[in-house]
Amino acid sequence: MAGLQLRNVEKTYANAFKAVHGINLEIEDGEFMVLVGPSGCAKSTTLRMIAGLETITGGEVKIGDTVVNDLAPGKRGIAMVFQNYALYPHMKVANNLGFGLRLKRRPKEEIAKATEEVSHTLEIEELLDRLPKQLSGGQAQRVAVGRALIKSPEVFLFDEPLSNLDAKLRASMRVRITDLHKRLKAEGRPATVVYVTHDQVEAMTMGDRICVMKDGHIMQVADPVTLYEKPANAFVGGFIGMPEMNLVDATLSLEDGGKIRLGDQILDVEPALAERLTHPGGAITLGIRPQHLELVPTGTPGALKGTVRIVEFMGHEVNLHADIEGHSFISVVPSEQFDRSLKNGDTVAFHPLARHIHVFDRGSGQNASLGA
Amino acid sequence: MTVTTPDIADELALTEHQVRLRRRARINAAIRYTILAAVGLMMLYPLIWLIGASFKTNSEIFSNPGFIPREPTLDGYIEGWKTSTPYTFARFFWNTFQIVIPKVLFTAISATMVAYGFARFEFPGKKIFFATLIATLLLPNVVTRIPQYLLFRDIGWLDSFLPLWVPSALAGDAFFVFMLVQFLRAIPRDMEEAARVDGANSLQTLIFIVVPLLKPAIISVCLFQFMWTMNDFLGPLIYISSVDKFPISLALKLSIDTTEAFEWNRILAMSVLAITPALIVFFMAQKHFIEGISAGGVKG
Repeated sequence: MAGLQLRNVEKTYANAFKAVHGINLEIEDGEFMVLVGPSGCAKSTTLRMIAGLETITGGEVKIGDTVVNDLAPGKRGIAMVFQNYALYPHMKVANNLGFGLRLKRRPKEEIAKATEEVSHTLEIEELLDRLPKQLSGGQAQRVAVGRALIKSPEVFLFDEPLSNLDAKLRASMRVRITDLHKRLKAEGRPATVVYVTHDQVEAMTMGDRICVMKDGHIMQVADPVTLYEKPANAFVGGFIGMPEMNLVDATLSLEDGGKIRLGDQILDVEPALAERLTHPGGAITLGIRPQHLELVPTGTPGALKGTVRIVEFMGHEVNLHADIEGHSFISVVPSEQFDRSLKNGDTVAFHPLARHIHVFDRGSGQNASLGA
Repeated sequence: MTVTTPDIADELALTEHQVRLRRRARINAAIRYTILAAVGLMMLYPLIWLIGASFKTNSEIFSNPGFIPREPTLDGYIEGWKTSTPYTFARFFWNTFQIVIPKVLFTAISATMVAYGFARFEFPGKKIFFATLIATLLLPNVVTRIPQYLLFRDIGWLDSFLPLWVPSALAGDAFFVFMLVQFLRAIPRDMEEAARVDGANSLQTLIFIVVPLLKPAIISVCLFQFMWTMNDFLGPLIYISSVDKFPISLALKLSIDTTEAFEWNRILAMSVLAITPALIVFFMAQKHFIEGISAGGVKG
């Protein structure tokens, strides 16, 4: 096993389009790193550059101590699981698993043993004699993982491997892959994983660390908790979390202990926020997660007043969409605390929890409420 | 009773309507199939007549317009096989296969490799090369006959089978390359990328992954090349001059010679034999021809 380093990695296509803008990323040995971002953020391109399926036009990629820029994919010590599984349609499952080892001219007994071990680990023993077209989506996915696992690579690369599965299967495969990663670690052969997804649930639940990307730039690399609690910028704040963080334009003034002006309403900067604030005042983007926007009785001093637009009953909680000063806000309210008589057009009041308010600079988007 | 009567009447009316619809559908089908069968028969008639006539005597061919011989005889086959040359027809079959087999084999190999190159690799001048290749498709064959003849004459290949198959072994048949390129473009690259990650080089990827995926297209290429070469008359006519090297197409022409009276039943019998290999190969390969590709390898 080995770690992985990306140094100023760039990708410029022949038509001069620059997809990846000099990214730096260090992935530790045995770490589960998730690359996440909206479509077109170059997360797959980055993965394909690590795999060697895409040329690197600038910077270097290091696996272990080797710069692999000019190495063929097969010589990089990687294994990859593709979104479409990419099983060889004319080979039976056993041959699909053993193909890589056969190319390396390993003895037949060794291939048979490895195939048996891997198929046991992934519970695909009974599928070995089948062709890929005789497999269900979940089975094909497990075979694809097996084909990667059998090579005992330095680094595992996953390219949106679960996006073709239905929701239920996706959840169970998610657990399976995480479980496999933990098991390998426990067995003393930790696997370094780079996992690309656009699904933040996968990212949050699977990754040791998550790298959020946008337009070929890395926006933040952190563990899931930090990413959620201390987003480095408005993009990460908005991208991570369900429902999305409320992000609205506001103005910050630092006089009188600090005030945030949102349209005609003014929000006092409470001490819990003031001590973290590093913004000089002026145009900001105010960020409050729906979970941190507390529904309070109307008339509560310092609360934001708004009108109800839509009430979404989710079961254990209610998503309350409200209009505050022309901005759309969502607040998540536990079902048992929700006043069922509320209807569209009713006036409501919210109290943003000061501990969780984020202040982003409107120009740079950087979070100015993370403390010094 | 009185209450239910209108219901039953309704039901009856409906059934009658359905019956009428069904009858109309059946009549339509009958008309369609009659027309199809008639046109099909018309298309097949020359072939059926050919087979029938090959069993007739020489005089019956002109006196009996029907295709069932009055007195079936194998004379045409027996005498035709002997030919008017020192060789039997077996010799000409053998000559044909000496052209067809290397030509089909090497066309499949060379066209696949060139198509793989054009479809999957980036190299300087690729666009120009591919355009040139396509341009040769538009060039009439006749135009290149003379320079080609001079070239092969200078190499010393006249009166040999080489000029007939060597150009194809160098992917000279642009049509097949084009056909395979189009086919390859429709196949997702994922499997080839998976093979590369598994450690395969370009040639291994071609042999172990691309060729199996291309199988239906390669079979089509072989089939076309087989039939076209079997039927080629002009090529052998230009390059081959000694009778002992004649392929079937020339041998058939040999029977229609000015020096002897036309034995039509022999010519027809040998024509039937000449088309048999093509028919057999076609029906054998038909299954693969139709077979779908890469089912299940890539989802979606």
